[in-house]
Amino acid sequence: MLIHLVARRALGALLLVVLAASTASAQFDFAGSWAPLATEDVQNDSVPVDYLGLALTDEARTRALSYDESQKSMVERQCAGWGAAYLVLGPFGLRVTSQTDPVTNRIVSFTIGAWEDWNEMVIWMDDRPRPSDHALHTQAGFTLGRWEGGALAARTTHVKAGFIRKTGVPLTDEATIDWRIFRHGDVVTVLMVATDPVYLVEPEIVSKSFRLSRTPLDYRAGCVTGYEGREPGDSVPHFAPDRNPFADEFVNLYHLPREAVLGYPETLYPEYRKKIRDTYVPPPPCTDSCGAAGNFVVKR
Amino acid sequence: MRRGLTAAALTLVLLGALAGQTAVRAQQQGGGPASAARDRAPIDLTGYWVSYVTENWRYRMVTPAKGEYRRIPSSRAALPLINAWDPAADERAGNQCKSYGAGAIMSVPGRLHITWQDADTLRVETDAGTQTRLFRFAPRTTSSSPRSWQGESAATWEPATGGGSLRVVTSNLRAGYLRKNGVPYGERATVTEHFDVAPLADAGRLLLVTTIVEDPEYLTGPYIVSPHFKKEPDGSKWDPTPCSSTW
Repeated sequence: MLIHLVARRALGALLLVVLAASTASAQFDFAGSWAPLATEDVQNDSVPVDYLGLALTDEARTRALSYDESQKSMVERQCAGWGAAYLVLGPFGLRVTSQTDPVTNRIVSFTIGAWEDWNEMVIWMDDRPRPSDHALHTQAGFTLGRWEGGALAARTTHVKAGFIRKTGVPLTDEATIDWRIFRHGDVVTVLMVATDPVYLVEPEIVSKSFRLSRTPLDYRAGCVTGYEGREPGDSVPHFAPDRNPFADEFVNLYHLPREAVLGYPETLYPEYRKKIRDTYVPPPPCTDSCGAAGNFVVKR
Repeated sequence: MRRGLTAAALTLVLLGALAGQTAVRAQQQGGGPASAARDRAPIDLTGYWVSYVTENWRYRMVTPAKGEYRRIPSSRAALPLINAWDPAADERAGNQCKSYGAGAIMSVPGRLHITWQDADTLRVETDAGTQTRLFRFAPRTTSSSPRSWQGESAATWEPATGGGSLRVVTSNLRAGYLRKNGVPYGERATVTEHFDVAPLADAGRLLLVTTIVEDPEYLTGPYIVSPHFKKEPDGSKWDPTPCSSTW
């Protein structure tokens, strides 16, 4: 009898070891501070009309061209530019904490902390049901995650209608965002696949890498609205889409094709590069006030 | 008696599972692979893939202005080279492939054709610049080769439950450009790449290549980008083109 008991317990222990070993190879520690790298596009430096790398519908393009930055003076529109997608489009790093169940000690959620404008995002890891379609939509949305093939896979729904670029490229509240977070040593790469049935012809796919930071990132609270001089009932600042005074600014600054700047889908594939080869003329070298990296920013 | 047999059978299954995991770890640590890399592949990278250029468009789809090295952590030693960029001189010297080397090739818009050259060598061809990279899972037995645009690439699978990743470390490179307009990396540069796959809608697949270029000479820190590719059903759009120093 004692032998049976010992054998059963040994078997149980072995089972736990095997299970632990198999899950350990599928998960990684996401909690911590991850510093931004700034080696790929960020949105904090974009000019008003820069839809490069997007596959927009005509409706989206028209709405985007009607956007006037002064809309940010309206309380109800102040935070529209910093939805969930800004996680990989903005210039900030990730400050990630994990929350565990006090009884089972299992991870219930990861929270990516807020920064200046972007609101915190919770990735629920406990298989809870997704809220009703009619539930509250927020800037960060509702995100469920799971471990899959060594990556943290997650899907965000229930986003508030806003922008996929803070310069007014719209995103509806029907948009969904699929995330894959890969960790390779001290580098985490976050892959975003944003889909919108109204404004995107093809998904917006962006990946951004971060490096593990030895010092904790210190960011502030997310977007908080405040009075900025525009009263309720005032008109909405906007441009007629065909008269946006900034429509050609980026085109002229870098000699870029207009259809690329305006987010036409064909411009995302190598064939387009061959198409413009004979007509593209690079801008002349910057010779003064070029910024730290010949980046033309000051010249602009 | 029956309970005893069941326990024994369960023990065998568990021991087998544990032994399997130990074998995988042994492979990860280079402790004698049990089979060829092709058989151990945790993800399938073979087939045709097309660049989907949604990031750094201005630096990849067109040739930026001379002197623009924004977003690349170039060192002071790199600046004279950046300012001296002369594509015509590169053409004359037969160096028109300098922006197609391993440090940059995954960011050059084009298509990849990935196949197994043999059971332990993954072959990656690019139609842009008509380049070939060989990712070797088994160490080479011959003496080292001369430096080349694509260098020598050592590959390792990094398996995880339900998937995994490919890690490739490339060195022995000829000096090249990170960007078409002459932003340099040197011969001492190493390129570490992680190949991951992710699903897309309608049974589509995405290939993500996290690329880390380290160069003690021309970079002040790692240059990290992550170009991505969509899977294509076949090679009907495969269009090899030669290297160009200007485009």
